[in-house]
Amino acid sequence: MFSLHGYGSSIFEGTILTLEVSLVSLFIAMVLGMGGALAKLSGSAVLRGLATLYTTVIRGIPDLVLMLLVFFGGQVFVNQLAPVFGYDEYIDINPFIAGVSTIGFIFGAYMTETFRGAIIAVNKGQLEAGYAYGMNSFKVFRRILFPQMVRHALPGFGNNWLVLVKTTALVSIIGLDDMVRKASMAAGATRMPFTFYVVVAINFLLITTVSIYLLKYLEDRYSLGVRRD
Amino acid sequence: MDFSIITGNIDVYLEGLKNTLILVSLSLLFGFLLAVPLAVLRVIGNNIVQLPIRAFVYFFRGTPLLVQMFLVYYGFGQFDLMKESIVWPLFKEAYFCALLTFALNTCAYTVEILRGSIVATSHGEVEAATAAGMSKFLMFRRIILPSAFRRALPAYSNEIIFMLHGSALASVITIVDITGAARIINSRYYSPYEAFITAALFYMTITFTLVFFIRRLEKKWNAHLQPGDQSVVKIQAPEENITG
Repeated sequence: MFSLHGYGSSIFEGTILTLEVSLVSLFIAMVLGMGGALAKLSGSAVLRGLATLYTTVIRGIPDLVLMLLVFFGGQVFVNQLAPVFGYDEYIDINPFIAGVSTIGFIFGAYMTETFRGAIIAVNKGQLEAGYAYGMNSFKVFRRILFPQMVRHALPGFGNNWLVLVKTTALVSIIGLDDMVRKASMAAGATRMPFTFYVVVAINFLLITTVSIYLLKYLEDRYSLGVRRD
Repeated sequence: MDFSIITGNIDVYLEGLKNTLILVSLSLLFGFLLAVPLAVLRVIGNNIVQLPIRAFVYFFRGTPLLVQMFLVYYGFGQFDLMKESIVWPLFKEAYFCALLTFALNTCAYTVEILRGSIVATSHGEVEAATAAGMSKFLMFRRIILPSAFRRALPAYSNEIIFMLHGSALASVITIVDITGAARIINSRYYSPYEAFITAALFYMTITFTLVFFIRRLEKKWNAHLQPGDQSVVKIQAPEENITG
């Protein structure tokens, strides 16, 4: 049952693409999450309102619906916008860009909550002490806030990452050749769907299991200065 | 944007709404019913009992729902033994496959949630139940499970929302749920904004309605954990003049 009939390398390429999609989405999510968290904690009511709207809306909509909206909607949007700039040819939306921007956008909302909690957990006196030493806010962030918030953010961050990796399976629906789609194609050609989907499932388990160990290591490392029970 | 497309085809969305609600509620029901005994066994069972439950939870929590659904819907057809068995007519139905996958998936997550809240039962309660001479079964039924359900509610409410959002995947295997309805409208009129924004509004309405009712239930069930009534009882001086 476990002969892959020469499709092994194809699945492997798909696995690499899955990892690429995951990492790029993660990066976008972290940037959006940090921005969202700072906005939620800022003094401006407008920023707070926008950030709250962002996290609330995202939690109300399934990721697949959002992805289809960005993919098909983006297609229409780009082609309506292009003639304005004097570009007449039909433009196809790149499924990679549609996929990573949607997943990044969704997990940015979850990261916002994680980072917000982590920032609150850092002792305020520490930041004040930083300012008292004459550091500017960037330096306070880099030297004092960030190293301490990592410890509080890691558990939530890890959960988000594990869910994110699994969410990348959805990009196969908008035509990106990730490992799920590669498996579908191989399954169609060899009439062995069970074999190929099991291989993909095992790949996902490997990625998540390795991630769990890496996260555990990081958590231990960033908690070195803290007494544990 | 032209939302007359939507109002003209609202029956497609209502059909989708019906399918989503049925699919989600049945999956949650079956998943929960299966999760309770599994969670109990996961806590009190010996290693031989625990191992398969752990493997089940590990598999279903570690792989994407989409892959699980493909495994059930497309995968089993690979085996002739399966095709000749009496359950094959069921596995040919997309609806059954989606329901089975969703139920098993939510079951795995629920087992973990319940396990966590069962383990968190205070020792005193368990000891008191033992001292009162309760059997293990009675203790679970009367003491551990009721308080475990209360503690599990916040995490379980998240699981309900995840299941609702996960159910959108059913549209991939030809089921007309809310997302399926949106995909039909999109391909018929080539109007992605109207089609998918309408679907998004449907999901948001369901999500926030569910959140509202679960919050109320939480307040009722976990009333003993809410911050108490902080108002100080006012002691009023008697009206009549005592000295007079």
